[in-house]
Amino acid sequence: MFSRREFLQFGAVAGLATSMSSGFTGNMTRALAQQKLTQDDLLKFDSKGQITLLHFTDVHAQLKPIYFRPPDTNIGVGAFEGIPPHLVGKEFLSHFGLQEGSPLAYAHTMDDYLNLAKTYGKLGGLDRTSTLVKSIRADRGDDKVLFLDGGDTWQGSYTSLKTNGQDMVDCMKLLKPDAMVGHWEFTFGAERVQEIIDDMGYAFLASNIVDTSWEEPVFESTAMFERGGVKVAVIGQAMPYTPIANPQWMFPEWSFGIRPEKLQENVDKARADGAEVVVLLSHDGFDVDQKLATVVSGIDVILTGHTHDSIPKVLEIDNTLVLSSGSHGKYLGRVDLEVSGGKVTGFSSGMIPVFSDVISPDPEMAAKIDEVRAPYEAECNRVIGRTEQMLYRRGNFNGTWDDVICQGLIEERDAEISLSPGFRWGTTVLPGQDITIDDLYNQTSMNYPNAYRLEFTGQQLKDILEDVCDNLFNKDPFYQQGGDMVRVGGMSYTCAPKEEIGNRISEMKMISTGEAIDASKSYVVAGWASVNEDVEGPPIYDLMEKYITEKKVIDLPQNETVRVIGY
Amino acid sequence: MNITRRQALVLSAGAAAFAVAGLNSTPSFASAEDTEKAIMAISGGKMPETGKVTLTAPEIAENGNTVPISVSVDSAMTEGDLVESVSIFAEGNPNPDVVTFNFTALSGAASATTRMRLAKTQNVIAVAKMADGSTYMDKKEVKVTIGGCGG
Repeated sequence: MFSRREFLQFGAVAGLATSMSSGFTGNMTRALAQQKLTQDDLLKFDSKGQITLLHFTDVHAQLKPIYFRPPDTNIGVGAFEGIPPHLVGKEFLSHFGLQEGSPLAYAHTMDDYLNLAKTYGKLGGLDRTSTLVKSIRADRGDDKVLFLDGGDTWQGSYTSLKTNGQDMVDCMKLLKPDAMVGHWEFTFGAERVQEIIDDMGYAFLASNIVDTSWEEPVFESTAMFERGGVKVAVIGQAMPYTPIANPQWMFPEWSFGIRPEKLQENVDKARADGAEVVVLLSHDGFDVDQKLATVVSGIDVILTGHTHDSIPKVLEIDNTLVLSSGSHGKYLGRVDLEVSGGKVTGFSSGMIPVFSDVISPDPEMAAKIDEVRAPYEAECNRVIGRTEQMLYRRGNFNGTWDDVICQGLIEERDAEISLSPGFRWGTTVLPGQDITIDDLYNQTSMNYPNAYRLEFTGQQLKDILEDVCDNLFNKDPFYQQGGDMVRVGGMSYTCAPKEEIGNRISEMKMISTGEAIDASKSYVVAGWASVNEDVEGPPIYDLMEKYITEKKVIDLPQNETVRVIGY
Repeated sequence: MNITRRQALVLSAGAAAFAVAGLNSTPSFASAEDTEKAIMAISGGKMPETGKVTLTAPEIAENGNTVPISVSVDSAMTEGDLVESVSIFAEGNPNPDVVTFNFTALSGAASATTRMRLAKTQNVIAVAKMADGSTYMDKKEVKVTIGGCGG
């Protein structure tokens, strides 16, 4: 557990950094801040017991350090209102006792993001993560550490798209994970998934995937390990709604779902097989797993991913510890367990932010990253434009990157309205920075990219918004899919998250004219990432490259598309 | 080739981006009252108790045309603790009466699995009738979604 002292130590650094920033250049401040924060500080940990679990999740193919602005809006409903992960900015800071402006404040929240980004620099980079993993393994002993990859590993960058995920597979192999689970992995198609699993040398787990014909397991559900003399079972959960949120035609024989009864069976079986500790490596999403902890018994630790939430330490829910380790390589989650008499008797936990300017890159991984990127490096760094505003994606209703994409869709496809999916992956570009091919593909890299142009009636638009909104704000997390609201261009609307499906969306209007959307009238709509097969249209990355190149400089007005009420 | 509900809808809509459910072309759907009437016919007029019977169904259907469901009843399947039948109802389908499984002591266990079509988001209900005339029920909402934007 992060002790109070460690928080204060991080905080003291911040105090210095921000107080200096008024009188000094950014570089001075940054140098000072980094001088104070050391790799040893980041690795400091109250080591405990026989087992160390390291959790790394949702890296979305980010091999290099990145900026990633956390959300400013993350509304929780029902029992999940006002608790993690539904706390942003200062509420998050006060809940976890973090100081404004501290390194941890920068890592976990969007509070004063731009200034702190300039102070503390980028986070992540698989070579930095590798340094941390190697140090912890050396410190604790290999035989005590389980390194677990929570999935969404292979998709999300230019090079992952061009290499069919091979760049990530080759780099992850060096980290020697003990097991992984999947979600966007499946969008490389069933055959490619099987091919990688056969080659990668560690377990790919899914308790919740069965074949559509016989409902028999497709993958191993459980992997057994011995660590520190203790028998540990790791059970995997794939993203339960992959065939709904992503194209089912890419893996037509596989059925997903939460399947809590199946999970309970697998937990019981693991216990019967002698497991003293049961770990669930999950891509369910934070709220789903908070509920799962209360309906499935016998799980000691849930390492959760998918919703990209980060928290500085575990939550204790019933008898289960739950840790959510963020995304994009920004963090390495750690849980130490003390086990005696077949039970967890003590623990400590923490979330290590991967400050890329503070942690020295692991040379072996750095060389591998250079190697896999080499054929594409020049193209990745090609500048296509510049931005005057901060471009980011996360947020329940909109992000500036999607504002740009929505505008690009309207202009390039000559549409009245545009829709951009509520993905939570995608990195941040700071104001004044160039936009490169890397940046563009960090928002758009996918295997079903075609930008459609179709007519929808006002009623159909309303139904779509209601449907997606219910995936986000259903009071029962088992009905949530884990993305954000579909982003809308050309049209404004009002959203009441706490209402029921059918009553959340109102006041749909064309922004250009202020005219109300007519339920029976047809509108020309452009969008991308349709889950249907054989979608016609240019790939979104080509469309957006053209748009940004033509615009040269991105500087869109403040987004006023969505009015949120009643929360 | 296996044409899924989504694909079928796409074909009919000329490549709709979201598989938009046919909300405007709905036949006359059953109401919750029709289902209740049917349940009362089994139970002899009183609401079945909860417990004993477990209905397993997905929270959100991957394909509304073929939704896998299972039922099982906690029973020794011997005289004195015998399940006579389990009936499945889909409250929001044009015809709510989906299937009735009949059991005998020779069945050994009262469990069954099938697939059903669900026209829209609705409650699926399983009603177990015991040999002594007592009835039990379990209910689960299954969402039939238009299209996902999760990420």
